Amino acid sequence: MDGTLIIFWGFAGLAVVSALSCITRRSPVASALWLVVTLFSLAALFVLLDAQFIAVLQVLVYAGAIMVLFLFVIMLLNLGPAGPTDLKGPAGLGVGVLLAGGLFVQLLGLARAAPSPGLVLPPGAVARAAAEQGMVPAVARPLFAAYLVPFEITSILLLTAIVGAVVLAKRKL
Amino acid sequence: MTFFLVSSIVKIVVVFTVIMVGVALLTLAERRICAWIQDRLGPNRVGPQGLLQPAADGLKNLVKEETLPARADKVLFMLAPAMSFIPALLTFAVIPFAAPLPTPWGDVDMMVANLPVGFLYILAFGSLGVYGIVLAGWSSNNKYSLLGGLRASAQMISYEIALGMSTVAVLLLAGNVTLTDVIAKQAQSVFTWNVFPLSLAFFIFIVAAFAETNRLPFDLPEAEGELIAGYHTEYSAMKFSMFYIAEYSNMVTASALMTTLFFGGWDIPITTWDNTPPWTTLKTLATLAMFSAKVMCFLFLFIWVRWTLPRFRYDQLMALGWKVMLPLALAYVTVIATAIWFLHDRLGWTYDSRFALALFALNLVLAVPLFFVLDRGHLIAGSVAEQGERA
Repeated sequence: MDGTLIIFWGFAGLAVVSALSCITRRSPVASALWLVVTLFSLAALFVLLDAQFIAVLQVLVYAGAIMVLFLFVIMLLNLGPAGPTDLKGPAGLGVGVLLAGGLFVQLLGLARAAPSPGLVLPPGAVARAAAEQGMVPAVARPLFAAYLVPFEITSILLLTAIVGAVVLAKRKL
Repeated sequence: MTFFLVSSIVKIVVVFTVIMVGVALLTLAERRICAWIQDRLGPNRVGPQGLLQPAADGLKNLVKEETLPARADKVLFMLAPAMSFIPALLTFAVIPFAAPLPTPWGDVDMMVANLPVGFLYILAFGSLGVYGIVLAGWSSNNKYSLLGGLRASAQMISYEIALGMSTVAVLLLAGNVTLTDVIAKQAQSVFTWNVFPLSLAFFIFIVAAFAETNRLPFDLPEAEGELIAGYHTEYSAMKFSMFYIAEYSNMVTASALMTTLFFGGWDIPITTWDNTPPWTTLKTLATLAMFSAKVMCFLFLFIWVRWTLPRFRYDQLMALGWKVMLPLALAYVTVIATAIWFLHDRLGWTYDSRFALALFALNLVLAVPLFFVLDRGHLIAGSVAEQGERA
């Protein structure tokens, strides 16, 4: 078997297992740590797709900053193990199973279907772009030229969320 | 392919060994320099000048009893030292430490991995080191440890932003994120070393680096006056030792990073003989010596500061991080980006000593009011006021 494929299956399996552990662990700290493992394996999958920049950002922003904040809050509030499950009764369980099944069928469909032609790059295109303009500009150029408006709107959305959080958290401004 | 594998493995083994031996000697250096600063002798009995002291300490830590606190989270308690130790060693992988070495099979880059995202990799893995400290604090089931872990996470996040922001200026000048390019851009002359055109960025970076490595005056997570030993209170023997090794490897990496980003990396000043091909073994050795000398200067600075300055109060630490460092770094990026755009796009200058000195002048102009404000009449005006009182 191809070396890349072995690495892919290793990290893909790790991502699935750790994601499952994240939602099944009772202790909030263990859940948060399993989520870090998930994010890390996703970063490894990004590297396999030749998207090192995205991979590094994944580790830097999610694993390195956001999850540290999560842990900080969990430890500050000293959360113990959660109580009984959130799924209330057989009806809730049924709805959950139904939704999960629907998602699984969708995934199966996606795995069988050929990707749309707009999403397929010619072979070696990523390596060429990286050699021509470096890893970061290959992401930055489209972000600040073709997709400038969506990018700015996203940042306004985030700013709104921050202002909202401050207003909610502070009793007296 | 085979050559790449072999050379990579050799580099990994060599770098790992050098860092581990370096860290061991650094613990001795810290104790000897501390003793010298405090007018004592320090450890000088084991081997000549105490050189074998680290070996004796290592042996002691290996045979000491491992303790496990009651009601501690066993798995995390065991994992935490490794989690602080591994990122500390991994970050060194992308730092170029000498000019390429010519071999019969082609030139070998003197760095473990030449990643296209070089610098960002350091930031990413540097930010993971905090997990070890936080989890050590949490899993010990001890309130002092927990407080140490909480402080560590808050402090790391606060100063990481200033650290990242200060390096944006470096990346703006270099035009790329690979550390090889950052060094190549600085190698033209002494004045193109980033410490001149980006002096204030260096100031922000060095403060943030002290905070990120948990060294005095920012060692709040283990403040012994308040928290016993902070996050590693409950640790003993080799597990405690691993936290120690992690701290010192972080120091080595931070010093190497300051050398690379602001002091030209392995570049030898004055001459350009060292950074032009054809590469020779002599060039590699000379640049390696230069790099080591620069790193050792910073390591000495770390130790010197530790035994000179008192510790911050926790609220001072947070106020400095969020109210001074972060706005300063943001404003500085804006100013430097405008200046680079003006010099490069408007006046059409290429990057050379003239360009660097123009930016240096701008830095000096900015630095005077900045240090006056930061000082708030404590040091600069303080002595004058004291004289006025006496008169």
